[in-house]
Amino acid sequence: MAQVYEHPIFPFTAPPELLEGRVGNAAVCVVGAGPVGLAIAIDLAARGVQVVLVDDDETVSHGSRLICISKRTLEIFDRLGAGAGFAEKGVVWNKGRLFFGEDEVYSFDLLKEDGHQWPAFVNIQQYYAEDFLVRATERLPNLNIRWKSAVVGVEPSSDHVRLTVGTPEGPYDLDADYVVACDGASSFVRRTLGLEFDGRTFQDRFLITDVTMQAEFPSERWFWFEPPFHEGQSALLHKQPDSVWRIDLQLDQSADPGVEDREENVRPRIERMLGVDAEFEIDWISLYTFRCQRLQRFTAGRIFFAGDSAHQVSPFGARGGNGGVQDADNLAWKLAAVINGDAPDALLASYDVERIPASDENILNSSRSTDFMTPKSQAVRDIRDAVLALARDHGFARRMVNSGRLSVPAVMDGSPLNTPDFGAFDGPMRPGAAALDAPVVTADGTDWLLHQFSGDFTVLLYLGDANDALPDGWPRALPAMVNPLVIAPISGPGVIGDPEGNVRVRYDLKPGTVYLIRPDQHVAARTRTFSSMWLQGALARALGNAGDNA
Amino acid sequence: MSALVTDDQIAAPDDLYQALVDAHEGLADAESRQLNARLILLLANHVGDLAVLQEAAALARASVLRDRPDA
Repeated sequence: MAQVYEHPIFPFTAPPELLEGRVGNAAVCVVGAGPVGLAIAIDLAARGVQVVLVDDDETVSHGSRLICISKRTLEIFDRLGAGAGFAEKGVVWNKGRLFFGEDEVYSFDLLKEDGHQWPAFVNIQQYYAEDFLVRATERLPNLNIRWKSAVVGVEPSSDHVRLTVGTPEGPYDLDADYVVACDGASSFVRRTLGLEFDGRTFQDRFLITDVTMQAEFPSERWFWFEPPFHEGQSALLHKQPDSVWRIDLQLDQSADPGVEDREENVRPRIERMLGVDAEFEIDWISLYTFRCQRLQRFTAGRIFFAGDSAHQVSPFGARGGNGGVQDADNLAWKLAAVINGDAPDALLASYDVERIPASDENILNSSRSTDFMTPKSQAVRDIRDAVLALARDHGFARRMVNSGRLSVPAVMDGSPLNTPDFGAFDGPMRPGAAALDAPVVTADGTDWLLHQFSGDFTVLLYLGDANDALPDGWPRALPAMVNPLVIAPISGPGVIGDPEGNVRVRYDLKPGTVYLIRPDQHVAARTRTFSSMWLQGALARALGNAGDNA
Repeated sequence: MSALVTDDQIAAPDDLYQALVDAHEGLADAESRQLNARLILLLANHVGDLAVLQEAAALARASVLRDRPDA
C-alpha cells in the first residue's frame, strides 16, 4: 500500500530566557514556521542575521494544504538550499485538462519552453515542503527554531518589539529588532495590533479533500465545470506524491460547515466521482469559504506581515502559498541589508511598495477565477456556460475559460528600486521582473544561470567572445556587494558559456550589455553600455537610496 | 470619444431582425438563453475591442435601468 508520511516531532527545549530568567534578544523574530516563515528565516540567517523562529506546534503541517509549488517558488527554495527534496519527491505536471459536463473542452500546456531547471509546477503536500525547509535550517547556527512556542503578547516600541512567548514551561519575553509575522490567516500578531483585512468573502463553499488511492489518472490537473458526478458545480482532481489525490468539490451556498466536512458525508460525494467500487481512504478534509482580501499595509513599524497573515486568495491558481513565498523572497534581503548596515531604513518601505501590487494582482486573478466558477445570477451563468460551450470549437472562448490563473511571479513595474533602461531592450527581462533561468556551461560542467547569481547583487556582463576585453575597472573597481558574472557564447577562464544562446535570447543580450540583478534574483537595471557610474547609481537605487544618489 | 457606432448602419433592418428571430425558432427557453449568450460572445470576439464592448454594455445597462419603475 501507499507510503504514508510520518510527522517528525520536534521537541521543545527550554531556551536560555527560561533557564536564566531573563529577557531575550533577536535581530529578527519570525512568527510561524510554515513555508513562508521558514523561507524568510532561512534567507535571513543565510545572510548572517541572528533569527529566532517560533512556532506553536511541534511538527510540520497537518494536512497537505498548499500542494502546487510554482516554478518561481521552486527556484527560491532551491536558492535556500531546499530544492533537492522537491525534485526527488514532487509530482511534476505541466498539463491541465478542462471538462464541461461529460466532455473535455480543451487542454493546455504550461511550460512549452525547454532550458529551465524547474518545471512550471510540482505538486507536493505542504508537510513535505515544510520538512525539506526545516532540514535546510540545520546548517544555519544563527537560526534558532523554537517549537511549542506561541506568541501570546506583542508590544511594539520605537526601537524594538517585545514579544511574550508562551511555552510548556511558562512564558518569557523576547526583544526583537524586527518581527516578521508569518502566522497565517488568523494571525495573532495581526489581531493583537487590531489590523483588519479589506476585501471580499465569497458565499460559495469548497470541500477540499485528500484521498489515498491507487489510480491510473495521469499527472495532470483535471478541472470539471458541471460534471455529471457533481451536478451544477465544479470539481478538481490533482495528483500528489504517495498515491494521494487532491479532490476539490464546490458546494452550494447552503452547505452546512459542521455537516459537510464529516467523513460520512464526504465519502458518498467522492464515490459518485470515482465510482462506488473505488477503494480510497480519506486523509484530510477542509471546508473552505473563499476570501480575497489583504491588509491595507503589510508593514506596521518594525513588524512585517508575509503570506496569509497579510493577504488571502482563493486556492484555484495556487497564488496563496506561492505569493507568500515571494513575500519572503522580497523582504529577506532588504531586512538583512538594513540590519547589516548596507542599506538605509528607507529600503524597508519598498516591501509594501513592491508586494502590495503583487498581492493585488493575485487577488484580482483569484477573484475572477472564483467568479467564473460561481456565477452570481442566472444571466451570468448563461454567459459562463456559453463560454464553456463555445470553447469546444473556438480558441477565443478557450482563453476566457477560467479554472484558475496559475501563479506567476509579479513584475514589479514602477518600483522605486528599478533603474530605467539605458538603451533599447526587447524581451521580458525588464527591471522588476524575476530573472529567468537558462542552461549555462561553467568550469565544472553544465549548470543553471540562477545558480551563478550570488546571494548578493550580481552584475552580469555579456561578451561576444570570452576573450574580448572587459570594461574599465572590471572587476577590480566593482562595489564590494556586487558579484561579477561574465557570460559569452563559449565559456572561457572566468567566463560562463551560453552555447545554446538561451541566456542571450531571454535577456536580449548584445556584446557589452550589463544587467544588475538583485539578491532576490529580480532585475534591478540593465544597460547597453557599462560604466561604473551607471552601476553605482543603479545599486544605490536598488538599495533604497533613490533620494540621495539617483 | 465614442468607440461604439450607434448610427444606423443596417441596410435591411427587417432582414436582420428576422435573422435574430429565426435563430430562436423551435428552441426551448433555456436553449434560447444559451443562443443569446453565445451570440454575444461570437459578436464580441468579432468586434475584438474591449472599449467598444464596455461602451455597448454601459449603454444597454443604462437603457435597462431607465425602465425600472422607480427610475
